[in-house]
Amino acid sequence: MSHPIQAAKFLEDKSNAKWHDETLWFVRDKRDTSSKGIPEWENLRELASSIKDNVLSNLDSYLVEFEKNAIKNGIKIHWAKDAEEHNQIVLSILKEKDCKAIVKSKSILTEECHLNPYLEENGVEVVDTDLGERIVQFLNQPPSHIVLPAIHLKKEHISEIFHEKLQTEKGNNDPYYLTQAARKHLREKFLAAKVAITGVNFGVAETGEFVVCTNEGNADMGVHLADTHIACMGIEKLIPKREHLGVFLRLLARSATGQSITNYNSHFRSPSEGKEIHIILLDNGRTKQLGREKFRNSLKCIRCGACMNTCPIYRRSGGYSYDSVVPGPIGSILSPGIDLKKHSSLPFASTLCGSCSDVCPVKINIHEQLYEWRQEITKAQSSINAKSIAMKIANGIFSTPYAYKLSGQIMRGSLKILPESVTYSNLNTWGKERDLPELPKQSFKDWYKNNGNE
Amino acid sequence: MNSREHILSEIRKLKLPKSELFGIPIFGIEGDLLDSFKQAILSNKGEVISEDELIDSLQSGGYINIYTPLDQYATYSNCDLPEDPHDFRNLDLAVVRGHFGVAENGAIWLDDTVLAHRVLPFITEHLIIVLDQKSIVSNMHEAYSRIGQEYSGFGVFIAGPSKTADIEQSLVIGAHGAKSLRVVMLGKEKEKGILT
Ligand code: SF4
Repeated sequence: MSHPIQAAKFLEDKSNAKWHDETLWFVRDKRDTSSKGIPEWENLRELASSIKDNVLSNLDSYLVEFEKNAIKNGIKIHWAKDAEEHNQIVLSILKEKDCKAIVKSKSILTEECHLNPYLEENGVEVVDTDLGERIVQFLNQPPSHIVLPAIHLKKEHISEIFHEKLQTEKGNNDPYYLTQAARKHLREKFLAAKVAITGVNFGVAETGEFVVCTNEGNADMGVHLADTHIACMGIEKLIPKREHLGVFLRLLARSATGQSITNYNSHFRSPSEGKEIHIILLDNGRTKQLGREKFRNSLKCIRCGACMNTCPIYRRSGGYSYDSVVPGPIGSILSPGIDLKKHSSLPFASTLCGSCSDVCPVKINIHEQLYEWRQEITKAQSSINAKSIAMKIANGIFSTPYAYKLSGQIMRGSLKILPESVTYSNLNTWGKERDLPELPKQSFKDWYKNNGNE
Repeated sequence: MNSREHILSEIRKLKLPKSELFGIPIFGIEGDLLDSFKQAILSNKGEVISEDELIDSLQSGGYINIYTPLDQYATYSNCDLPEDPHDFRNLDLAVVRGHFGVAENGAIWLDDTVLAHRVLPFITEHLIIVLDQKSIVSNMHEAYSRIGQEYSGFGVFIAGPSKTADIEQSLVIGAHGAKSLRVVMLGKEKEKGILT
């Protein structure tokens, strides 16, 4: 289902949509206050962006350096070219350890690989331990935001789920009470798990160590109690040196939630005695994105979520409307690179106001890339129009007849739905559509039919 | 070709132009470091207490299971260091030493040398970290230059008690890790006035 249709669904519950919008704007506001406390903020963003440039232009040698140092530290390194291989590696480690139940802390990468369903099919119980992720897991939903996984849910709803799953008092909606219930429940899981999985925020080539940041402490509770720690890491997560952590840790939490730093910033360099650490280095389309000059910068992303909190479309359409593991502005430039068929409406889910690029701590030119994706799509469409029905493949991006599905209908859909949805509240000055392209009245599909095809 | 070779060769094939790695300039912070640090701890929902208050806490009887690897408080420690870290599951209070604190955000650096078990500062219900007043550095850049190339299998910056806002963005203290963090500043405060 395309973004505009999903967005319309989200907007049916007006009061929830309004709450969602205002709450995320509040988070964005905290980010502003926090960043203004740092006089060198803009220098830090420049610096972070240039460090990531350096990483992306030398990724092969940094990966080799990281691997060498990690192995020296007693860590086991695995390489996975795609999600399937990643999941198989995880399962093979679990089998070797004879492990049937694992705890996992927030990892967008494992969502990307659909690790949970894979492990469950293979008889492994997976418990997501970040509170927000546990909540959405109870509901069989994916996270709707990369930093605030359950931001689409109200406490009444969460209370109902907890009543059912954790036998909390019916109708007790107190966030403290509900959090304590989850704490108790998850303690049992932490104490029982032999293997713990985490994501990785940063890998340091110079030392072979990696850093995991959480506020709840769930990653640490999991890995220090388990015998085996599996860290799942995208190959773009590297930074050259330890000192660069200073730059990124100053930016990450301030951009994400407005905190000056996350509560727990754990540096893993070698396993404690008798234990094991495994790192899985995953490609899954990243080397392809690296090869796309216009979109390469998207790999700098440190997953802070700031572009989502600020985006007038994200705030008003909810994470699920993107139907993509990473939603929001950054998701809309990453996901079409992974699966264009599925995600082609996403570059249009934007007003191109540029607010995302303004807040991005690593200075990704997000709105320009959104525009570039549109160009690619529009180019494909016009070449189709010009050259009869033979699908002219623009830049090799379109390899299926999907091009016509994503053409007029969806774009007109956005034009039809967005202006009214976006202007339901006067709170935001970005309520006006500014940059959706002019579209012909007749859709390509209709045109296709009218010209005697099908 | 195995996946390692495959990934590396895909990257090498691109022959990307090299970009320079710039050094990090020196950024300081304004104001008194100790004050900023204390303020940061408070904003992170931690507390700053005196050593007397620490002793009162230890003697209060309010904590059933207390563990500390620190010699100076050893008399108050009533648990032995377990072989299996799971046996810390009922720990009420841990007192550990931090290496240094960071003024800009209240983060405190701990590593294997001060943590008897890596899980200790997370599994304990309440955590107290003692810190030398003179150990405060200005920001994260100074923090990493202080750590330098020191080797530790595990190290962590802890900045406050465990917290979450995953339910409707309401801040709740005490998610999975320690439900409270108190910081004790030891040693003499740096002289601020002129000695008479
Ligand atoms: S694109 Fe930038 S703002 Fe968005 S999540 Fe990534 S780092 Fe944060």
